[in-house]
Amino acid sequence: MSVPLVELDNLTVRFHGERTVHAVNGVSFTLKAGETLGILGESGSGKSVTLKTLLRLLPENRTEIGGGVRVDGADILKLEGRALADHRGGTASMIFQDPMLALDPVYTIGEQIAEAVIRHEGVSSAEGMARALDMLTRVRIPSPERRLKAYPHEMSGGMRQRAMIALALACRPKLLLADEPTTALDATVQIQILLLLRDLQREFGMGMIFVTHDIGVAVEVSDRVAVMYAGEIVETGSVRDLIRDPRHPYTKGLLAANLHGAVKGARLHAIPGAPPALAEAPKACSFAPRCPVKVSGCDINRPPSVALGEARQVRCVLAAPAPGA
Amino acid sequence: MSAPLLSVSGLTKHFPLKGGLFGRSTGTVRAVDGITFDVAEGETLGIVGESGCGKSTTARLLVDLITPDSGSIRLGGKEIGPDLSVRDLRRQVQMVFQDSYASLNPRLTMEDAISFGPMVGGMVGHKAVALARDLLARVGLDPARFAGRYPHELSGGQRQRVNIARALAFSPKIVVLDEAVSALDKSVEAQVLNLLADLKAELGLTYIFISHDLNVVRYMSDRVMVMYLGQVAEIGPVEALYSAPAHPYSRALLAAMPSMDPDRRTMEAPLAGDPPNPINPPPGCRFHTRCRLADTVCSGTDPGLYVMPEAGHLAACHIHIPGSGHRDAKSRAGVTA
Ligand SMILES: Nc1ncnc2c1ncn2[C@@H]1O[C@H](COP(=O)(O)OP(=O)(O)OP(=O)(O)O)[C@@H](O)[C@H]1O
Ligand SMILES: Nc1ncnc2c1ncn2[C@@H]1O[C@H](COP(=O)(O)OP(=O)(O)O)[C@@H](O)[C@H]1O
Ligand code: SF4
Ligand code: SF4
Ligand SMILES: [Mg+2]
Ligand SMILES: [Mg+2]
Repeated sequence: MSVPLVELDNLTVRFHGERTVHAVNGVSFTLKAGETLGILGESGSGKSVTLKTLLRLLPENRTEIGGGVRVDGADILKLEGRALADHRGGTASMIFQDPMLALDPVYTIGEQIAEAVIRHEGVSSAEGMARALDMLTRVRIPSPERRLKAYPHEMSGGMRQRAMIALALACRPKLLLADEPTTALDATVQIQILLLLRDLQREFGMGMIFVTHDIGVAVEVSDRVAVMYAGEIVETGSVRDLIRDPRHPYTKGLLAANLHGAVKGARLHAIPGAPPALAEAPKACSFAPRCPVKVSGCDINRPPSVALGEARQVRCVLAAPAPGA
Repeated sequence: MSAPLLSVSGLTKHFPLKGGLFGRSTGTVRAVDGITFDVAEGETLGIVGESGCGKSTTARLLVDLITPDSGSIRLGGKEIGPDLSVRDLRRQVQMVFQDSYASLNPRLTMEDAISFGPMVGGMVGHKAVALARDLLARVGLDPARFAGRYPHELSGGQRQRVNIARALAFSPKIVVLDEAVSALDKSVEAQVLNLLADLKAELGLTYIFISHDLNVVRYMSDRVMVMYLGQVAEIGPVEALYSAPAHPYSRALLAAMPSMDPDRRTMEAPLAGDPPNPINPPPGCRFHTRCRLADTVCSGTDPGLYVMPEAGHLAACHIHIPGSGHRDAKSRAGVTA
């Protein structure tokens, strides 16, 4: 079997400061080249921190990272200097909810894309500009020649999102990290951007990790989905399995809360309570305080991650197939 | 059918666009441009549409946070202004906003935040405090634990419960919920939706429910109003509108919802480009610049709201108007009176 594009092995991320935050608590997954993994979770579940670790974007002095992170064969936690710079924007790049995190307000879109290509590939400025034009065309910005000379603030929301995607993909990364890139958009614009990302991902053969809190969005773009809760992946599976046959009580609750099959006038099966504060590393099932089906032991021991078939994992004591079944 | 609880007619609000030299007006934002609708007692009217279409401006007009340029609002048959004071309107129609934090004074405890309004309205102190504690319990927050807390000591879902309690302190007839659950995580949102349903049943409330989440609107609403560039594109019973939208814009909006079925993913975006802004809305049907079914008549003539065959269903589209001249419209002769 070929080496996966991304390999996270028991990743832990802890922030030190006034209070310690256990943001990621033992996350493992692999991503094949050309595959899209959706990471689904509520705010604070550790989605963005996981993505930022893959680009080493976290504040070095306050962050304690444990476990293994490999992208395209490289040990990301050991990268330094030139190799780290090549990794960011070369091998892997990232798009955000707020495009102004990626775009510089004082340069035109064309200048920014050209500059990135020159920096990573050492091409001439004419070649850089040609690539910029090509990218704006690929992300289907109308009148791309004219837009090369536009500043970010001169563009509408959806257009800026496209420009950010053009910049992120200009150096043909093998891995695209997407952190809720459509969350702030109208649904009518969101679906345009999702379809664009789906097309570009196929066209460039990139691997993509797409973080979202919206199940519908995950369904539109993902091959596989990982559900995160309190810094852990509680369930992984193909989109189909996850939607049709969720196994973790939290995944089931999320689907119900998304009004999946909700009956008008009937009460929603809401998950009571709120996620934990992450002040300490989990010693038991993090979902136990809210779990409607918890059994004795759930508050005492960390449940194992149970493999159900090749691509299916569930972190719950109830997931284990009954003996003899 | 009895008279509607709320009746809005020709409601209009334009904002002068400042800018240019010396802050001179450089145009007009036609945020709400002549909207007409009714809400019956005890029902929930959902309002949907893209960003900037005028949902929040409509909400703010209904609670008199801003004053309309023209048009009328009637509450229980009485017109605001001539028959009913703005003060009465403000008491009977309450609003809950999206941003739970900005809506609360950081220096007031939850008990004080809820009792403040009724006290200003003349309720004696101990009664207002008792009311506040009762309302906290009603929205699922144990007064013993929460009455003395400050906003930063609550989660987003808890703060939104307090904002709901605060709106209820005036014993309103109508509560306008403007993206009131949109900032909450899904699991917490479901809790608040259940709470809203319970309160409505217990207190006989009427809701105007604004949200960009079309699933939530379908679940919550009896009828839905679709807005486009400051106008009503379609209004009707929720199931009729969702299963057979009459207006091409409603259809596009619904088709833009992400699919929940991995085997039936969306293959084509129903609309291109960003929503236009209401500064210089196009003439005729405002949607004609993005409508795939537009015909010559659409850019010249405003269709106006047309009554569809089903009860209470109206749509502003030439296709449905016999004799409009649209290629897909029935000829006038084909209609029996
Ligand atoms: N006080 C104001 N001055 C000038 N323009 C305004 C003002 N309030 C609203 N507008 C404009 O009026 C239009 C309608 O705004 P409104 O807030 O009602 O939209 P909305 O439908 O609630 O949008 P969203 O979905 O983004 O909340 C927008 O173009 C907005 O920029
Ligand atoms: N730089 C940081 N310093 C301290 N805490 C952080 C930092 N970044 C994120 N966190 C915390 O880590 C947890 C996970 O955050 P994040 O990954 O951003 O969540 P999300 O799933 O919403 O993207 C949260 O409790 C957040 O407050
Ligand atoms: S391990 Fe126990 S508490 Fe955790 S999800 Fe499973 S049943 Fe619920
Ligand atoms: S009136 Fe014409 S442009 Fe407007 S929605 Fe109907 S068909 Fe489209
Ligand atoms: Mg995040
Ligand atoms: Mg609004």
